[in-house]
Amino acid sequence: MTQGKVITKKLNIYYGSNHALKDVDISIRRNVVTALIGPSGCGKSTFLKTINRMNDLVDNVRIEGKVYLDGADIYGRGMDVTRLRKRVGMVFQQPNPFPMSIYDNIAYGPRIHERKSKAQLDEIVERSLRQAAIWEEVREGLYQSALRLSGGQKQRLCIARALAVEPEVLLMDEPTSALDPVSTLKVEELLCHLKKSYTIVVVTHNMQQAARVSDDTAFFLAGEVVEYDTTARLFSHPTDKRTRAYISGKFG
Amino acid sequence: MYLTDNAVKDRNSRMRRVRAVEKTAEMIVSLCAFTAVAAVVSITLYMIANGIPAIQQVGCKDILFSAVWKPTAQEPSFGILYIILTSIAGTFLAILISVPLGLLTAIFLSEVASKRLAAMVRPAVELLAGIPSVIYGVLGMMVLNPVMYRLEQRIFAGSRTHQFTGGANLLTAVLVLAVMILPTVINISEAAIQAVPPELKASSLALGASPVQTIFRVTLPAARSGILTAVVLGVGRAIGEAMAISLVSGNSVNLPLPFGSVRFLTTAIVSEMGYAEGLHRQVLFTIGLVLFGFIMVTNLILNGILRGERKA
Repeated sequence: MTQGKVITKKLNIYYGSNHALKDVDISIRRNVVTALIGPSGCGKSTFLKTINRMNDLVDNVRIEGKVYLDGADIYGRGMDVTRLRKRVGMVFQQPNPFPMSIYDNIAYGPRIHERKSKAQLDEIVERSLRQAAIWEEVREGLYQSALRLSGGQKQRLCIARALAVEPEVLLMDEPTSALDPVSTLKVEELLCHLKKSYTIVVVTHNMQQAARVSDDTAFFLAGEVVEYDTTARLFSHPTDKRTRAYISGKFG
Repeated sequence: MYLTDNAVKDRNSRMRRVRAVEKTAEMIVSLCAFTAVAAVVSITLYMIANGIPAIQQVGCKDILFSAVWKPTAQEPSFGILYIILTSIAGTFLAILISVPLGLLTAIFLSEVASKRLAAMVRPAVELLAGIPSVIYGVLGMMVLNPVMYRLEQRIFAGSRTHQFTGGANLLTAVLVLAVMILPTVINISEAAIQAVPPELKASSLALGASPVQTIFRVTLPAARSGILTAVVLGVGRAIGEAMAISLVSGNSVNLPLPFGSVRFLTTAIVSEMGYAEGLHRQVLFTIGLVLFGFIMVTNLILNGILRGERKA
């Protein structure tokens, strides 16, 4: 295995006195989908938010250990957080388009990062919406408010919005938990498609989803990574009995 | 279960009592609500009934669009154009100062300041809202008017056309109004900013936007209707204020120029109602009616904004 895209070394995170992540050592492969599973409060979302430093926004947070993106320490001195977040995009659990037009939602990121001509923006908007498999549905109404889309469309719009800044890594925090089954399927298909160009890390509560879409899976429990392996092996031959119990639905 | 006659009687009387209490409470509550509605309706009717006769007698054009205000002259003239313009200009300028100031303060309180600092500034803002308007007027008179007078002397030195006011002018009134409506603008727009979902800000930050970019490109647009509400409520407060500005604005009827002595719709009523009689008095009611109209319009705009927000 070549060097991972994202690597953590002895990562520990504390929210006040709550020890949320304990000695997490993980190497996430590039251009695959990595699923993070585990019961609520196990630290998987915390881990996700560490990779783009969204944890910085939480009061009373303390982060120890190292997180590397392509070998560079993201908590190091020379790291510009806004540059980091451009490289590591994020899609949230609740679809949350900005209260502006579909076009402006997608163009938001590119406009922030550099001056672009209208033609360049047009091209980015179309490409991103195509990548997120929503272009055909919205091409007629690009200048309408994004708030008028359905839940599933909003989430794909948010994916397109994240893709528009051309990130290298895409973090997804339970991206389908607020969606209906049909929209969920569309987003899952999208993931399989997107991994060719992006490294994707997805937190999910849904074990079938992890099994369907991911190449690697990490099982979190009480802030620790209990088991981390290819999805095929983890689901067919879990080595830890806690993993076995969790994926067979004994708790969680 | 078997109940004796007495027990049945007892239960029935208890239920009757409960029902009577319910009915009474309902009546009292309805009556209270009715009082407010009755007050609004009767005030409206009263203003219209007393404001219209002067319009009929003098003529709409000669009141609203004439600039000559000589209510006690041999041949009286009741043009309130300058008074209307003063109220519009004064309110507009006060809003022009107060909205940016208040909005930036609201941003500071909700997005920039630490919790501890915000907890120190917020009570100050609330105190500002609680200060009686006459105090604002007195302070304006004691502090701002002398400053204005000095400015006036410097700017209009040697001018033959300028009528010196001793510093009681439109500008002072605008400054006083701006400070007075500041708490309204701050409180309402801060509430609007606080109401923006945190995930929306997080999305912007996660795209690599800086906190400042996030505030101006996502948070403020998302809080748009609340901020508009703050502006409209500020307009409402400014246009209806009488006491403070009557002390600092000089009180003569003129075109609203920054260093000119001016009279507002409100201060016209305040200063003349005491001695006016006959037609003059009726015209003052017409002024009240015009003021009432302005307030109505701001409220309609406010309702429009709130309705638009609910639809979106």
